Amino acid sequence: MTQADLSPASQARPRPQLPPTNALIGGFIVGTIVLVALIGAVWTPYDPLKLDFTSRFQSPGAEHWLGADEFGRDVLSRLMTGASTSVWISILTVTFAVLVGTTIGVVAGFLRGWTDRVLMAVNNAMLAFPGLLLALGLLAVVGANQYGIVLALGVAYSPSVARIVRGTVLSLREREFIESSRVLGNSELYTMFRHVLPNCIAPISVLATSMFGWVILAESALSFLGLGVPPPAPTWGNMLASARPFMDQAAFLSIFPGICISIALLGINLLGDAVRDRFDPRMRGMRGSH
Amino acid sequence: MLRFVFARVGMAVPTLLLVSIAVFVLVRMIPGDPAQLLLGDLADPDSLADMRQRMGLDKSVFQQFVIWFGNLLTGDLGSSITTGQDVTALVSSRFLISAQVVLAAVLFAALVAVPAGIIAAWRQNGVTDLFLIGTATLLVSIPTFWLGLLMLLLFGVKLSWLPVVGYVPFSQDAMGAVLYLLMPIATLFLHEIGILIRMSRASTLEVLRLDYVTHARAKGLSERAVLTRHVFRNSFGPTWTLIGLVLGNLLGGIAVVETVFTIPGLGRLLVDSIYQRDYPVIQGCLLFVAVTYVLVNLAVDLLYPLFDPKVTAE
Repeated sequence: MTQADLSPASQARPRPQLPPTNALIGGFIVGTIVLVALIGAVWTPYDPLKLDFTSRFQSPGAEHWLGADEFGRDVLSRLMTGASTSVWISILTVTFAVLVGTTIGVVAGFLRGWTDRVLMAVNNAMLAFPGLLLALGLLAVVGANQYGIVLALGVAYSPSVARIVRGTVLSLREREFIESSRVLGNSELYTMFRHVLPNCIAPISVLATSMFGWVILAESALSFLGLGVPPPAPTWGNMLASARPFMDQAAFLSIFPGICISIALLGINLLGDAVRDRFDPRMRGMRGSH
Repeated sequence: MLRFVFARVGMAVPTLLLVSIAVFVLVRMIPGDPAQLLLGDLADPDSLADMRQRMGLDKSVFQQFVIWFGNLLTGDLGSSITTGQDVTALVSSRFLISAQVVLAAVLFAALVAVPAGIIAAWRQNGVTDLFLIGTATLLVSIPTFWLGLLMLLLFGVKLSWLPVVGYVPFSQDAMGAVLYLLMPIATLFLHEIGILIRMSRASTLEVLRLDYVTHARAKGLSERAVLTRHVFRNSFGPTWTLIGLVLGNLLGGIAVVETVFTIPGLGRLLVDSIYQRDYPVIQGCLLFVAVTYVLVNLAVDLLYPLFDPKVTAE
């Protein structure tokens, strides 16, 4: 939102078709993080796992731009690797949750009857748990590691997708164009994929965008608790956890990973607001109001 | 009105039953033999079989569930594998510690955030609004455990104003308890005002566009009267519902804040028992939080008509 947007005159004029400011800033931040994650996957200034006891707790400077940790490992390199881990985990988790949730939602909404009742009963029971709590319980089952997190968070978040997709399918199947497709002799399956699913994309993408934020946050929280990606592999969360005992010696160790998580979340939140303003009909007309 | 109450309570009962089934199934899925865990790796097969029989593990899963559920109804959740403590007593004492932090944080946050959101919406796109919504968006984006670490760094380590680690119960040392809990409560408070300002603002904006607000203004009511009498009363509903969800989510996610400030709360208990695979305690914690979550949301829904009489008309 620039200052010029705020004057009544500029609001009266038809807006130029630029994306809203929050989308631009959010998109820029998310783009940067994905870029860093891609670079971090193939190249880092130092080996993120290499111990070097001569540079323990070295403050940020020419040699180590963001300093070195309690084992003398380069913080910048570890943050970059952590970015790729976080991005990779969130892509896998959101994909998993969307695929599982959409399948359940479509099946429940399309078949209705007992299938719907049973599926939604299970779904509601899962929604009765706060997300992170369910993930903690599931982690106890699947084990605390990278793929355990994907599975636990994916299962924990898929009920929200299922609920939204089912609602959309139920309201869609009463509409004329679905009826027309059937009358034309198209099979249920064809109608489903050709006409129903494409109309679920808008609500799913609104949810999926904010889900990226939930996953980044949950993943770093779980790693912080020692239930996520196990050390020595760096993630933003477990870097914060291992920095905690050295707070008075090397405060910067507790600062940089936190900045990374916060900036990532800020970017996703801004982008999420923009996506919601764009797709959520209830919010339409309030565009640019954030 | 009464029909609304019965309908809503009637919806909660099957949910609670399903939640307990879910917790039971989840914990049964944890790999490893509970009897083996209890006796250690060196146990001979005879005592293992004996223990399995005593724990009821030789019965069918369905029978096990019925026994477990029966005990649950009498408040018996078994005892901890590692310490032998009674799970119900252990979990509820830890729960009280977490609950006081969460309740205080949410209460203060609501008192600040709801008016702030209304003012932001009232001044939509003005400087005040941009400042408030900007601060709120920033606050939601800072994870609680990092915010906590930053506070610890500033007030505990650098300034030494507040104790860095520890906890005393309120009953033993009220002043000390306040000092220990100040930072955790402030951490959650700052996070929650972010969430609640955004919600309060969004729902106020929707109401502000309606005709009766214009009408109230045209009548010559002061802006203050329009906002408090007409706008607030009609826009508070969604924020109220969110407060219920936030309470539950905080209980689910409080482990991180308890870890930062080393508070012996429910979240920490759950994480520790996951490390130790102490499955009766895991079961107790999951059940306690999930049931609280369902009950809090039930209470929120039952009180909702106070803010929006339309709801009971359904």
